[in-house]
Amino acid sequence: MSTLALQRPKRAPASRSSSSSGRSERAVGATSHAVLVIWTVLVIAPLLWTVMSSLKTSREIFASPFSLPSSPQFVNYVNAWQSAGIGRFFANSVIVVSSALVITMLLGAMSAYVLARFRFPGRGLIHTLIIAGLTFPVFLAVVPLFFILQQIGVLNTLPGLVLSYAAYAFPFTVFFLTSFFRDVPDEIAEAAALDGASEWRTFFQIMLPMAAPGMASVAILNFVGLWNQFLLPVVLNSDRDNYVLTQGMAAFASQAGYSVDFGALFAGAVLTIIPVLILYLVFQRRLQGSMAQGTSK
Amino acid sequence: MTGVAPLKSGAPADGGPAPPPAAPARRRGRRAGFDRVSLIVVFVGVPFAGYVLLVLYPFTQAAFYSLTAWTGFSPDQPFVGLDNYTRIFADNLFLQALGNSVLLLVVVPLVTLTLSFALAALVTFGGPTTGAVRGLGSSSFYRVVSFFPYVVPAIVIGIIWSQIYNPANGLLNGALTTLGLQRFQDFAWLGQADTAMAASTVVIIWSFIGFYMVLFVAAIKGIPAELFEAARLDGAGRLRSAVHVAIPGIAGSIRTAYIYMGILALDAFVYMQALNPSGGPDNSTLVITQQIYRTAFSQGQFGLACAMGVVLAVVTFLFVAAIFTVSRLLRGPLESRT
Repeated sequence: MSTLALQRPKRAPASRSSSSSGRSERAVGATSHAVLVIWTVLVIAPLLWTVMSSLKTSREIFASPFSLPSSPQFVNYVNAWQSAGIGRFFANSVIVVSSALVITMLLGAMSAYVLARFRFPGRGLIHTLIIAGLTFPVFLAVVPLFFILQQIGVLNTLPGLVLSYAAYAFPFTVFFLTSFFRDVPDEIAEAAALDGASEWRTFFQIMLPMAAPGMASVAILNFVGLWNQFLLPVVLNSDRDNYVLTQGMAAFASQAGYSVDFGALFAGAVLTIIPVLILYLVFQRRLQGSMAQGTSK
Repeated sequence: MTGVAPLKSGAPADGGPAPPPAAPARRRGRRAGFDRVSLIVVFVGVPFAGYVLLVLYPFTQAAFYSLTAWTGFSPDQPFVGLDNYTRIFADNLFLQALGNSVLLLVVVPLVTLTLSFALAALVTFGGPTTGAVRGLGSSSFYRVVSFFPYVVPAIVIGIIWSQIYNPANGLLNGALTTLGLQRFQDFAWLGQADTAMAASTVVIIWSFIGFYMVLFVAAIKGIPAELFEAARLDGAGRLRSAVHVAIPGIAGSIRTAYIYMGILALDAFVYMQALNPSGGPDNSTLVITQQIYRTAFSQGQFGLACAMGVVLAVVTFLFVAAIFTVSRLLRGPLESRT
């Protein structure tokens, strides 16, 4: 997957010889490259501009969108982290996302394993109901969910948010992992059974480790999705102390209208992006490979 | 088939008497039967119960609430039949929000995926037509960079773009005036009814082109290279290779992408909330999800909001059904062509 294009070591049989107008050939190539370069600039410019603005004073930001910071204002980051409460929201996000991730990955793997490899009454129905959850608009559910969490007594708390995150990431997790467990050869389960391993042990000691690559991909996709989650916290978590990062950023951007500390706002944006960006750059190869696998089925 | 048996081991042998659904394909007696049943009950039962409580049950409840005039905090939920539905369909603001959402549904997936596919094609088979079928150089760089917007939280994308569109000191007007287009000095992209929706749409499209480009690149690489070479032998250029080889070859991925993008366009809540929380000039960027949120959590009209949610769900299902129908109709001609 790392090579540039369709892997094809030998020359194509009927490569048109260079006689077929090398010049127009080069023109097409140059145009293609130009398109991709323009696209790259369109992607990167807003992000670089954000980083640059995060190092400027508000006065400099108002003066010109292009001017470089006269001296980098790292104090914007301190202001965002402390005064605007981004530090606290960041910690909340880490707690909620990691807890929900552990829960949904474990339960999702368990369900996917059984749904993929065992036959029992109601299996088809349960599987269909879980997969259907992928297409329901979450917006339809949030109103009743609000009152359900209220009745359980976890509205506006981090545990309530963890449960909701885990529940709404569950269908995707099952959907993705079912195909992984289905592909594990039967012989492995049979060998484990011959060795006297119980079904439980077979799952935790043999199947789960074997599904590790798939688990990792799903975990990354889930992490990105949960870290970016906005609707659930906005509806279910209105206590300012419990805000997660996305919520905190929205409040920060809107709270003071024109008196927003713009330098700190940009700094907060950078702080929100960085963890996901790092994770992506570390795992990008695995992520891109598994994405294709997941959607082609 | 009833009873508990391993999925792939063929017909279950006779399980004998109790314990009821024994698992005889691998003979392991009573102990194994309990082992397997407990595994199934715990592994599926427990998570599924939570899923039903927090996901499925709210959906059915919302459908019920949509028939009541419930305000959320009163204990009684007066049943009003279809009144909420007649009310929202007589409400111009709701109809405008619905119309805006449908507009996004039509425009966003089509534009995003067309551009994604074009970029993916350039990277995979848009390279020189001499030699092996290949893409342009340094395509892995383009892929990695294109993916960046996907990992930026949507709310932050909205905040950044609302600054880019800032009339006085935003990046866009700065760039346009630098290019000599002075009329865009102080141009309020998000503040005028005729540009606000287009400007907002651009933001959503910008966020997702790269993600689907990467996805299509991976899918196109799954097409056997022989098909591209055969097409070229027949004299097909890049465009015809795209239409006759690449698109049919990744039809499944395109369909999945279209459904996901459509569902996302119908939501659009985060983006619109970040760019124009109030619904934009003349409500030109108000979408159905914002209207649901407002009706429920600002006005406390939960029954009404649930009716709007049901309408949203119906539109979503119609959309998904339409995509499946279209892809089934297209599959015939496309497959016979290759």
